[in-house]
Amino acid sequence: MSKAEEIKKLFEEKINSITASEAVEELRIEFLGKKGLVSGLMSELKNVPNEEKKEFGRLVNVLKQEIESAIAQKKEELIKKEEEAIINSAEQYDESLPYEINMGSYHPITLVQRDLERIFASMGFAIEDYSEIVDDYHCFEALNIPKHHPARDMQDTYYLSTENQLLKTHTSAAQNAIMKKYGAPLRAVFPGRCFRNESTDACHENTFFQMEGIMIDKDISISNLIYFMKTMLSEVFQKDINVRLRPGFFPFVEPGFELDIECLICGGEGCPSCKNSGWLELCPCGMIHPNVLKHGGIDPEEYTGFAFGLGLTRLAMMKYGIKDIRVFNSGSLKALSQFKNE
Amino acid sequence: MLVSMNWIKEYVDLTGLDLEKLIMQFTLSTAEVEDIYFKGNDVKDVVVGEIVSFENHPESKKLHILKVDGGDRLYDCVCGAPNACLGAKVAFVKAGGRVPGGEITKCKVAGYTSEGMCCSEAELGISDENSGIMILDASLKNGTDLKEIFDIDDVVFEVDNKSLTNRPDLWGHYGIAREFSALTKRPLKPLSLGEIDYKGDRKIDVEIKRTDLVYRYSCLEISSIRENVSPMNMRIRLYYCGMRGINLLADLTNYIMLELGQPMHAFDATKIENIKVGTPESELTFKTLDDIERKIDKDTLLIYNNDEPVAIAGIMGGLDSEIVDGTNSVVLESANFDGVSVRKSSSKLGLRTDASMRYEKILDPEITVVAIKRFVKLLTEIDENAKISSLLSDEYTNQYDEIKLSFNKSYVDRYTGIEISNETILETLESLGFGVELENDEFKVTVPSWRATKDVTIKADIIEEITRIYGYDNFEITTTKSPLYPVRDSNLKSDKERIFDMLVQRYRLNEVHSYIWCDGIKYKKLGIDIEKNVTILNIPTPENGTLRNSMIPSLLTFAYENRQFAPSFGIFEAGRVVDGVKEDGTCNEKRHLGIVLFDKTLSEKDLYFKAVEIVKYIADELRHTSVAFTRIAPKHNWQHPKNTSHISIDNKVIGEIATLHPSNLSKIDKHASVVAVEIDLDAFAETEKKALEFKEPSKFPGVSYDLSLVPNGKKYSEIEEAWKSENIAELEGVKLVDTYMLDKELSITVRLSFSSNEKTLSMEEIQSYIDKIIENLTGMGVTMRI
Repeated sequence: MSKAEEIKKLFEEKINSITASEAVEELRIEFLGKKGLVSGLMSELKNVPNEEKKEFGRLVNVLKQEIESAIAQKKEELIKKEEEAIINSAEQYDESLPYEINMGSYHPITLVQRDLERIFASMGFAIEDYSEIVDDYHCFEALNIPKHHPARDMQDTYYLSTENQLLKTHTSAAQNAIMKKYGAPLRAVFPGRCFRNESTDACHENTFFQMEGIMIDKDISISNLIYFMKTMLSEVFQKDINVRLRPGFFPFVEPGFELDIECLICGGEGCPSCKNSGWLELCPCGMIHPNVLKHGGIDPEEYTGFAFGLGLTRLAMMKYGIKDIRVFNSGSLKALSQFKNE
Repeated sequence: MLVSMNWIKEYVDLTGLDLEKLIMQFTLSTAEVEDIYFKGNDVKDVVVGEIVSFENHPESKKLHILKVDGGDRLYDCVCGAPNACLGAKVAFVKAGGRVPGGEITKCKVAGYTSEGMCCSEAELGISDENSGIMILDASLKNGTDLKEIFDIDDVVFEVDNKSLTNRPDLWGHYGIAREFSALTKRPLKPLSLGEIDYKGDRKIDVEIKRTDLVYRYSCLEISSIRENVSPMNMRIRLYYCGMRGINLLADLTNYIMLELGQPMHAFDATKIENIKVGTPESELTFKTLDDIERKIDKDTLLIYNNDEPVAIAGIMGGLDSEIVDGTNSVVLESANFDGVSVRKSSSKLGLRTDASMRYEKILDPEITVVAIKRFVKLLTEIDENAKISSLLSDEYTNQYDEIKLSFNKSYVDRYTGIEISNETILETLESLGFGVELENDEFKVTVPSWRATKDVTIKADIIEEITRIYGYDNFEITTTKSPLYPVRDSNLKSDKERIFDMLVQRYRLNEVHSYIWCDGIKYKKLGIDIEKNVTILNIPTPENGTLRNSMIPSLLTFAYENRQFAPSFGIFEAGRVVDGVKEDGTCNEKRHLGIVLFDKTLSEKDLYFKAVEIVKYIADELRHTSVAFTRIAPKHNWQHPKNTSHISIDNKVIGEIATLHPSNLSKIDKHASVVAVEIDLDAFAETEKKALEFKEPSKFPGVSYDLSLVPNGKKYSEIEEAWKSENIAELEGVKLVDTYMLDKELSITVRLSFSSNEKTLSMEEIQSYIDKIIENLTGMGVTMRI
């Protein structure tokens, strides 16, 4: 047997006994490495007679190629086996396991407020912020609510130890400052937190949110007010909303209205939510009282305007089906962590 | 207020109209109707029955066995009424008939057949009289349906009182009838009034001491009254409108009040010699007719007889001068008092009556004498013996000012935005009692006295009158013609929104809302001091009376309350705080953002650096800038003495960050870490937004060099001066690689990265920089770890 045949035999014995892919590399080095057996054989070429050199060289090359291809094949075979073994032993993941993802949350008032602000901004309204602490003038007098007026009792007010200051009882308290800031024509909404000195229960809170809006220009009419309220509310509730106006008394508007919308639950048929009337009282509104315009530095002979007040807290309760108003200021994450961006 | 449509129909002919629709129209044009009651719907087959046989029940002391002639036949009836007797004509419900309590069926009662029921007024639902069955006039024919005799059928609706606050004229049926007249365009019938035909010289002397609080005081004496009980129909009407029948005189005063809105008081004439109206010189006690001793202060208006108080003006009469069943002469008061004064007294006394409720609305002073004449008319119709026994006393101290308003058609057009014709305007105003002169398009309007006391004073008020009767449902709706202007958010608003989004979406925090005042009980539980600040004067819970000067304490109470919610959570709120008072004495109100992180899985240090990251992230994202932290002494007792710092941007303080004092922390949760951040949003809004500067990344490989050092108490912000001061152009960045404790010494490892835009740097090229940096570090007392 020639030396080449011996090597080949040895190689075949060894490769057959290999089971791990790493061992193939060791085998390659043993046979094909710089100091491997095949290289050793090649180095014997110098001792081969010249006329046999060609044939010897060819045989060594054949051997080299055979070993190379056997190794490659073996390697591929073993890797495949190993991958199969990995797959077979792999865990199948159960996505249904209740891992918590721990989401953040917005306060429901923030969500409703953002929604409304987006709508109003799209209709050209500036969005204004106003202080929570106001004085008697802004909260009452500038709004045509004189001293001793029952409205001041109606809105039981938290008065402060500072001179003539109080926690604002309604967002209307911002009207005067905003009129003075911009003058006419003017479109603005001003969301804000309001306070009334009353005891709390499931339906009453001493701290709640409103959003007030005003629009002032030459020739703003009742007809415009109805159009605007209908358009705006249809956008808020994302469907065509029917509205109706009833006379309502608020000192800062004349005429003043209560605006009802057709009941969202029964569509006007009558149900327990609307006390079978088919209508839900939603927001007070009206034509801004000439005295209020005057206080705001706007000439009522030249300009008219309308104002409306939306109860943000009430809208949030309607939107999310919140039955107990105390949830809003409870800080309870069990409740509040449920409110996500839409 | 309850309104009887029978009563309304006395003044407006509503024949042929759907009452329910009409009432709905009232809601849309006048005031909100809360409920409609169809009276008499549940009364059926109640007839005049005559007891023709009367026997005692053999086994019962109370029951009687009757035969009742129901007109068509005799009915067996078992009856327990104490006033049932042979020959009496009674209200009898035949079996198969109904009363509000239910259907009456033929049945056995105590062994005897009963084919009907003799019933009381209360059982019929027409009064609260329930002491016995209704005994009817003997002249009535057996079998006559009771509904033919009495006004049992009626439609009654309830108006929300609050929606009538500005309409004193609607506190009586006559005023409401005027609305229906305007709505239906049918005439309003005049009131039927009596004559004051007394010819003698007796006159009750009336003296008004407080002319500022009394606008008018009218009174009249009426004597020789014999009747004591009001007619059934009057009692039904009072009952349907929510009042109890008492006796004829009391019922009549109530009737007039419900009809005209003018409260009246009837004094026993034997107790009244003269009248004085004024306020007492000192506090006193007075027994009102409900037999309660009441404290009267010096501002309460009283009616005096011979200097003895006999009534609280506009609120309630006194017990001593009350009319009782035997009273046969009265002094009738019909007055107009100051609304604010009555309201204040009524709320001080905790006594709100039907009269005071009306006076609060500021009534029409023109109507006091009308009311007296109406009383005379009704009384003399019922009791022909009654005689007026004095001249009318009428002190009209404050004449009402007639209001005249002028406007033109274009004013109406501008307000309405629709076309309402001059004729419609004229007709509407006249139907509401306004005097109207129209020339070309100019209107001159005289406001009627019943609308002039506070309701209609300017021309915009006239718009309401025109439009509400026109009907808002009939308005064509149109958009405005005003131009649009771009709207830009304020810095603060957009900051707030973006910060909210980062906190919720990136840091998964939960937004909460808390009260603007300090919650005394909750603060105490966590050992948080309530610091001196502006207070609320009239809060019902004084422990909550101080306004907050920081957002954090209320968030800490929430953290405490939610400690079982999750092992790790963070909450935030943007709200107002009051940082004491400003120089002008007003509140220093500020807009703050509070963040509290609570964690049972992280060490306090790790949590603290999470909070630091949030602050840095906000500043970088919104202002492309860095923040500096400066250690300060704690300002609040809950802040940690060592780890409380100012947060600033460009040397402007924008907030504070702090861990908790162990005393407060242990009360929240012994096993949790808590970190608080408070940002002044107004201050933050004023910080400058840095321009984004793009730096081309070097194309050549750079070199980095790690330095391990022991700061020996130095803050990193001081240490970094060691390389910052060298202004090395090739120093691309410095990163913190590690902080660790070795031999009880804090050590940090930083990696300095160098690169050049011109060439590949080699270690040799930067060695000189490193040497200089190490020299600087050593110089400032920092030890190098080799």
